[in-house]
Amino acid sequence: MTAVIDKAALDEAAREPRWWEAPPRPVWEDEPGKAGVAGKGIVLAAACLAVLFPLWIVIVTSLSSKQTINAAGGLVVIPKGITFVAYQELLSGGQVTRAAIVSVCVTLVGTVFSMTVSVLAAYGLSRSGSLGHRWLLMTLLATMFFGAGLIPTYLLVQSLGLTDTYLALILPSAVSVFNILVLRAFFMGISPELIDSARIDGAGDWRILWQIVMPLSRAVIAVITLFYAVGYWSAWFNASIYLSDQSMMPLQNVMIQLVQKQEAPVGVSQAIKTGQISALAIQMAVMVMALLPVAVISPFVQKHFKKGMLTGAVKG
Amino acid sequence: MSNSTVPRSRAEAETTEKASRAADATGERPGKRKLSGKLSLRLRFRRDRTLILMTLPAVALVLVFNYIPILGNVVAFQEYDPYVSDNGFVAMLESPWVGVEQFQRIFADSAFWDAVRNTLVLFGLQLVLFFPIPIVLALLINSVIRPRVRAVSQAILYLPHFFSWVLVITIFQQIFGGAGIIAQTLRQHGYEGFDLMTDPGIFKFLVTSEGVWKDAGWGVIVFLAALASVSPDLYEAAAMDGAGRWRRMWHVTLPALRPVIALLLVLRVGDALTVGFEQILLQRDAVGPGAAEVLDTYVWWNGVRNQDFSYAAAAGLIKGLVSVALVLAANKVAHFMGEQGVYKK
Repeated sequence: MTAVIDKAALDEAAREPRWWEAPPRPVWEDEPGKAGVAGKGIVLAAACLAVLFPLWIVIVTSLSSKQTINAAGGLVVIPKGITFVAYQELLSGGQVTRAAIVSVCVTLVGTVFSMTVSVLAAYGLSRSGSLGHRWLLMTLLATMFFGAGLIPTYLLVQSLGLTDTYLALILPSAVSVFNILVLRAFFMGISPELIDSARIDGAGDWRILWQIVMPLSRAVIAVITLFYAVGYWSAWFNASIYLSDQSMMPLQNVMIQLVQKQEAPVGVSQAIKTGQISALAIQMAVMVMALLPVAVISPFVQKHFKKGMLTGAVKG
Repeated sequence: MSNSTVPRSRAEAETTEKASRAADATGERPGKRKLSGKLSLRLRFRRDRTLILMTLPAVALVLVFNYIPILGNVVAFQEYDPYVSDNGFVAMLESPWVGVEQFQRIFADSAFWDAVRNTLVLFGLQLVLFFPIPIVLALLINSVIRPRVRAVSQAILYLPHFFSWVLVITIFQQIFGGAGIIAQTLRQHGYEGFDLMTDPGIFKFLVTSEGVWKDAGWGVIVFLAALASVSPDLYEAAAMDGAGRWRRMWHVTLPALRPVIALLLVLRVGDALTVGFEQILLQRDAVGPGAAEVLDTYVWWNGVRNQDFSYAAAAGLIKGLVSVALVLAANKVAHFMGEQGVYKK
């Protein structure tokens, strides 16, 4: 009888902890006090709430009807029914639709371009001792110490005839030397035996990069792709100084007009004037459109962030 | 500075570069091919031409957009007239030289000194109020042993880093602005509302808290990595010697973090004149230049807005030169403390 009970207790002690349970502490570590655990929990929860609560208000208000918004006196905290009228209005053509398409296209084209240039450069510089390696690397590294300054860059982009073209949103900021360094550090960590054996089998550098180095570096490539994509998606300054045509503006610039400066969007102003849709819901919907892609994609890459930022340092 | 898509700090760059440099120096890094120096230049070129070809697009972009504009700084010594020619660089060749007149104008301008003061005050505030928060958060997250709780809280705290400044500021507007949720709730309960977003008096605290909201969570990563590299044996040995929770933190955890903290601190000082250009520019209209003008926005206002290119370029050049000096000085200090800076000693 007692043996049976002991066995159950042993099983209980030996099983893997369920996801809500804490894994066992090392024997030398004393159990933390209740107050300590509660204190830590409260601080951590407060920090997370500080991030999530504003997002909650924005999302809920964007999904609320005009009646709900009027009843709440503005921003809505507790949702009463969900309506997508604001999004339907924004995506049925007009300024915001166009801006969203512009942002998506610039982000896609820019990210592919930046990644191609960066991966090639990182691989090209990943073999120390190759011809010109040091000089090429120094040329890139030196740019991390100085900036040429806003005005000369502005005059250059103007002289190149890039103003009022989408190239002005991509080319001046296409290369991040930091990203190249991260990729390079990762590529340098790949086992040389693997690369040498591929070379003996007759593979050239292009093939080694494409078939061996890239598949082995998926994690860091995912992180750097995210960094570039977020950079293009979030950019507004270059558009504000290099584009003069309002209809070419990307989403962030339209958001400045609509939400920060509270101007009515072209095309939807009629629906707001006639009182069908709350202007506030429209503003919040634009904000959700700007934050949603980032918020949905970045957690998937989260477990690799450390790799992307600290590849070299951690391996030390 | 106009390179708006590169938010990564020099400090982060340093961590990567340090390791790859160490690898270059020892030559023991896997992935490095053993090369003898006896090959002729022609043979080496034939062997490495694909590698050089691959590097060229990036180098070309950097030469055009980072190096050529350095030459463009000569407008700081001219009275640049954009209407001489449609092409900016032709106009530059034909504009009259005025020596250091622009610099004299700048040093006589009280608005410039206001911008310098605002920049330094903001830098100081960010250093005191922002810098410790990621360290505390990292210690907190590191002490959580439930893996799910760790992963979820990290995912939430990293999120704002990926939001654009436009989004962060509009979100702050919805909370602290005149029509924000706090003012709205106060008004509904019969109190007077307020608008923190347009108040010049508290602008510097607003900017700092926006920075904390956006990037404090992201800053945790560096410290978490440093904490993860501490050997558990050290904690066990300390516990065996009777050290409690707090003593272990004081004698094991903090010494492990010290080099990282020192390095980030020094590098932040090297970056002192850059205090958030896009963020502040977006709010410049709302609070006015008196409180919101920093060196970067001063350059933008005079150059891009007022088309006084030579004057603005001169101001930008002053900022650029002081920045380089600060970076070099910061690295000297880092070397002095026994740390590797951005470059080798």
